[in-house]
Amino acid sequence: MSVDNNTVKKIARLARIHVDEDRREALAGELNAILSWIEQLETVDTDNVEPLASVTGHSLPIRDDMVSDGNRQEQVIANAPETTSGFFVVPKVVE
Amino acid sequence: MSNLVQGQTGEWEVVIGMEVHAQVTSDSKLFSGSSTAFGAGPNQNVSLVDAAMPGMLPVINGTCVRQAIKTGLGLKADINLTSVFDRKNYFYADLPQGYQISQFKHPIVGEGVLTIELSDGSSHVIGIERLHLEQDAGKSLHDQHPSKSYIDLNRSGVALMEIVSKPDLRSAEQAGAYIKKLRSILRYLGTCDGNMEEGSLRADVNVSVRKPGAPLGTRTETKNLNSVRFIMQSIDAEVERQIEVIEGGGEIFQETRLFDTSTGMTRAMRSKEDAHDYRYFPDPDLLPLTFTQNYVDQIAAELPELPDDLRVRMVNDYGLSSYDAAVLTEERETALFYEKASIGRDRKIVANWMSVELFGALNKAGKTLAESPITPVALGELVDLITDGTISGRIAKDVFADMFETGKAAANIIESKGLKQVSDTGAIEAMIDKVIAENQDKVDEYRNGKDKLFGFFVGQTMKLSGGQANPGMVNQLLKNKLK
Amino acid sequence: MSDLLQLSAVEARAALASKKCTATELTQSYLDAAVQTEALNNYVQLTHDKALEMAAASDVRLQAGTAGPLEGIPLGVKDLFCTEGVETTACSAILKGFVPPYESTVTSKLWADGAVMLGKLNCDEFAMGSANETSVFGPAVNPWSDSNGPNLAAGGSSGGSASAIAAQSALLATGTDTGGSIRQPAAFCGVVGMKPTYGRCSRWGIVAFASSLDQAGPFARTVADSALMFSSMAGFDAKDSTSANSPLPDLASAMAAGVKGMKIGIPVEYQRDGMDAAITTLWEQGQEWLKDAGAEIVPISLPHTAYALPCYYIIAPAEASSNLARYDGVRYGQRVEEGGSLDDMYEASRAAGFGEEVQRRILIGTYALSAGYYDAYYLKAQKVRRLIRNDFDAAFADVDAILTPTTPSVAFPLGVKQDDPITMYLNDVFTVPANLAGIPGISVPAGLSSDGLPLGLQVLSGAFCEEKMYQVAQVIETQSGFSGAPQRAAGRANS
Ligand SMILES: [Mg+2]
Ligand SMILES: [Zn+2]
Repeated sequence: MSVDNNTVKKIARLARIHVDEDRREALAGELNAILSWIEQLETVDTDNVEPLASVTGHSLPIRDDMVSDGNRQEQVIANAPETTSGFFVVPKVVE
Repeated sequence: MSNLVQGQTGEWEVVIGMEVHAQVTSDSKLFSGSSTAFGAGPNQNVSLVDAAMPGMLPVINGTCVRQAIKTGLGLKADINLTSVFDRKNYFYADLPQGYQISQFKHPIVGEGVLTIELSDGSSHVIGIERLHLEQDAGKSLHDQHPSKSYIDLNRSGVALMEIVSKPDLRSAEQAGAYIKKLRSILRYLGTCDGNMEEGSLRADVNVSVRKPGAPLGTRTETKNLNSVRFIMQSIDAEVERQIEVIEGGGEIFQETRLFDTSTGMTRAMRSKEDAHDYRYFPDPDLLPLTFTQNYVDQIAAELPELPDDLRVRMVNDYGLSSYDAAVLTEERETALFYEKASIGRDRKIVANWMSVELFGALNKAGKTLAESPITPVALGELVDLITDGTISGRIAKDVFADMFETGKAAANIIESKGLKQVSDTGAIEAMIDKVIAENQDKVDEYRNGKDKLFGFFVGQTMKLSGGQANPGMVNQLLKNKLK
Repeated sequence: MSDLLQLSAVEARAALASKKCTATELTQSYLDAAVQTEALNNYVQLTHDKALEMAAASDVRLQAGTAGPLEGIPLGVKDLFCTEGVETTACSAILKGFVPPYESTVTSKLWADGAVMLGKLNCDEFAMGSANETSVFGPAVNPWSDSNGPNLAAGGSSGGSASAIAAQSALLATGTDTGGSIRQPAAFCGVVGMKPTYGRCSRWGIVAFASSLDQAGPFARTVADSALMFSSMAGFDAKDSTSANSPLPDLASAMAAGVKGMKIGIPVEYQRDGMDAAITTLWEQGQEWLKDAGAEIVPISLPHTAYALPCYYIIAPAEASSNLARYDGVRYGQRVEEGGSLDDMYEASRAAGFGEEVQRRILIGTYALSAGYYDAYYLKAQKVRRLIRNDFDAAFADVDAILTPTTPSVAFPLGVKQDDPITMYLNDVFTVPANLAGIPGISVPAGLSSDGLPLGLQVLSGAFCEEKMYQVAQVIETQSGFSGAPQRAAGRANS
C-alpha cells in the first residue's frame, strides 16, 4: 500500500483541502513514511478479535422527545462569514 | 399481465428498487432538542448541534428509536436489538457537520415485506431490505441570487427513516402502488405523516432494464421524487431512455439523475460527485444503540391494526367486496371514519354509501374526508333511517345532498321537509286506486299481457306520493290490485 | 504581592477563607504575572476585565459565606474549550474570530465552583502536536528554558497550560489529552497533569480532535490541587452520550491513606532503548519510594505496548478527518473564496486555514477510512485497540496501579523535531496506551535531569479508579520532594 501523487490528489479532494501540484510529491513521501511505520500493525494477530470502537461500558443514553432548543437564529448565524436575511450564504451550487 | 416493455430488439424487463426517506413523526430532531415543525423562518428551528458548532455533541431522541421499531414491526421486519450509528462523510453546503449520522453496517431494522395490490386484482410481495435511522440535511435555495446559494438548516438533523426495498418492483405501476402502500402503513402506524408536498416522504428510484432472464443491467438512481405521479413518470421516462441508449449501441452509466418535472425527463446531475467515497465509520460521539426484546414486544403489543389485516377482516367479517374493503382501508382516516359510521349497523350499506355517495360528493366538492361536512355518526344515522323504513333509498339521496350542503342531521331534514316514508297501507291503496282510475287503458294493456307496464304503475304511484311511499309496499299492493 | 504566586490552590483557598487576601488581589497578581511572562507565549488571550469581574463576584461570595470549592482561584483555559463570548480558536487560523455563544460543560462547572478565568491558553492547532509548535500563535515556551540558551518546548498539545502553571501565571489550568497532551507537557514543565478515565469529564463544548480518545483534565502544581480541580471538572453530562454516570471516588481520603499494601505494576515493555538515562534512573527511584512506603512492586507485561502508537496514529487521524470536516468556511471561521464554486471555496479555505500537521493528519485519516483501506487500517487498529485494552484489564486484575516514565526524554529545544513527524509522535509512546484503553493517568514531577530539566513519572490505574492513581501520585510527590521553580517563572527575578 503506497501513496503516489495521484492518491494524494484524490484524498486531498475527498478532504477538500487544496494541495498545490508541486507539493504532492513531498506530501506523498511524508504520508508513505507514516503509513509504512503504521504497517507494523500487520504483524499483530487479530483473528477473532472484536474491534473496539468505544471504551465506555454503558449503552447509548436516550433523551425524551421534547423541544428544548432552537429559536436562536441570531446566535446560529452570528459567526458566519456571509449571511442574508437569516440564511447562510455560499457560492452558488449547481445540481 | 405482462410487465415487459417492447423495444426495437425485443422485450425488456424493468427492475426497480426504491429508497424511501420518511420523516419520523417526532416533536424534536434525532440528535438535538430543536423543533421539527414545518414552515419556520430561516435557521429558526436550529440548535447549535444542528449547526455543527465546534464541540457540539449528538444525543439520541428515544421517540425516534421507538418509531423506527414500530415501522419495522409494521413491515414484518427483523428488529435488531443492537445497531450502530455511522458517519457518512461528504461535503455539501447544507450538511453542516461534513458528515451525516446514519446507519450503515448495522441498521436498526433488517429484512421485511410489503404487499401491493394492483388494479388488475393481482397482489405482489415486495421485499424490504432494511430500514435505518439517519439525519436529514438542510435546504439550499439556488434561485435567490445569480451567484450565491442560500442555506437554511431548519431540516438539518430531522430524523429520517430510510426504507430500502429489494429490487422486486417491475413497473411504474408497481412502484406507484408500493409508495402508496408504504405511505398508508406509515400513516396507520403514526410514524410518518406521509406529507409528500412538505417533503416528509421522498423517494430515490433505482432503475435498470434487462432482457428477460439476463443478469441485472446497470442501474441509475433518480433522486428526491416527492409525488407518486413523479415517481411513476420518472420511471417510464428512464426506462424509455435506457432502452433507447442500449438499443442504439450505447451504455448505461451508474449515475445519479434528477427528474425534470417540466420536461418529464430525467437528466444526469451536473454536480457529479467525483468518486463517491463516504468513508463510513462508527460515530465515536455515540455508542451502539441497544434495547431489549421485551421493549420490542411491548411496542408490538400496542401496534394498531394495519390495512392488510383490516381489509381481510372487512371481507371476512363484514362481507364487503374486496374492492370496497381496499378503498376503505387505503387511508387510516377512511378506515376510522368507516368503522365509526358502520359500527352496529349494516356494514355493507354503510360501505356503499361511503364509497359511492360520500366519496362522490367529496370529490365533486374538492374536499378531503377530514373536511367532510357529514360526520361518521351522521352518515350512520342516515343509514339507520333507510333500514328502519323511515325514508326510501331514493329520498335518502336527496337527504344526503342536503346533509352535505348544510351539515344538518338526517332526521332534522326529514322532519322539516316532511320526507317521512309513507308505509300506511290505506294511504298507499288510495294512491294506487287513483293511478288505476286515471290510466284505465294501460291497466287493460297490462292485463292483456304487457308485463313491462308494471314499472309504469310503480313510477306513477311513487310520483303521486312525492317519492315518500314505501316502494316495497307499493310493489306488493300494486300486484294485488292489478291481478 | 508576589508571594501570593507561591501558594498552591489548596493554600490559596485557605488564605481566601481566612481573609489573608482577596480574590481580586490574587487574580491581579496572576494577571500581572501573565503580563510579566508574556515572552513565554503561553496565553493567546488574557481576559483581564472578565477575570477582575469574576474575582469581584468571588469576593462577594467569600464575604457572604457562599464560596464554592474553587472560589477565587485564578484559572487558565486551553483554547480548545469553547468559552461564551470569548474568542475560541483551537489555535487554528481557520477558527480565527470565532466567538462561541456557549460555554463548555467543564468550564461551566469550574466557574460554577467559583474559579476565576484568566484567559485562553496556547496549544497545538486542534490539539495535534507534542511541542505546541503547530499553534497558529507560535509555540508556548517552557519556563525551564535558560534565557541564554535555546527556548525549550513546553510540550503539547496543552503546552500553554503546562507553561503557565510552571511559570506561575495561572494557579490552575484546563487541558485536554488525546494521546498524552496533558501528561507530556506536564512532565516537560515540571507540573502535575492528569487525564481522567474516558467519560469522566464531559466533552460538550470542547473542540473535538479524536472523539473516542479526547478527555479534559486538570493542570496544577501539586497532586492535591490536581484532585481538587478534577473534582470540579468531572461529572455526568446528559449532553455527552459518552459521559459516564459513575460517582467520583473519595480522593482526599485515598491520598491520605498512603500506599501500604498496594501492588504497583512495572511494565517490562516500557524499558526502551534510547531512553534518557536520567529517566530510567528516576523510574527505578520511583519504585524504591513506593517500596519504602510499603507498596509491593510487581513486574507486569503489557504485550501490545509497541503497537499503541501506530494504532493511535490511525484512529486519531481518522476521527479527526471527520471531526474537522465542519470547518468549511460556511457557518463560522475563515473563508477564502477562490475559483467561484462551493468546492473551490472549501478547498481554499481549508488549505489556508489548517496548518501543515493538521492537514497531514486529515489526509492520513481520510486515506485510512477510504474505500479499500478501511479494513486494513481502521478496522485493524480497532482490533489492536481491543488487545491493548485487554492488556490493561489483565494487568489491573493483579495490580492496583502502574508506574511508568511519562516521556522517553526531557524537554527538547523548539524547532528541532519538526522535520520528522514520526520522531515527534514517539514522544507519546508512554502516554498513548492510556487513551486507547480509556484509563486514567497522571504525570507527577519527580526529579531533575543532569541538565536541570524536570522529569515526570506517570501513574496509571483502572478505569474509574482515579483514587488509586492519586494515592500513588501523592506518595511520589511527597517522597521526591520536587520543588523546582523554573528560571523563568513569574516569581523569579530573571523571568
Ligand atoms: Mg439514496
Ligand atoms: Zn439516506
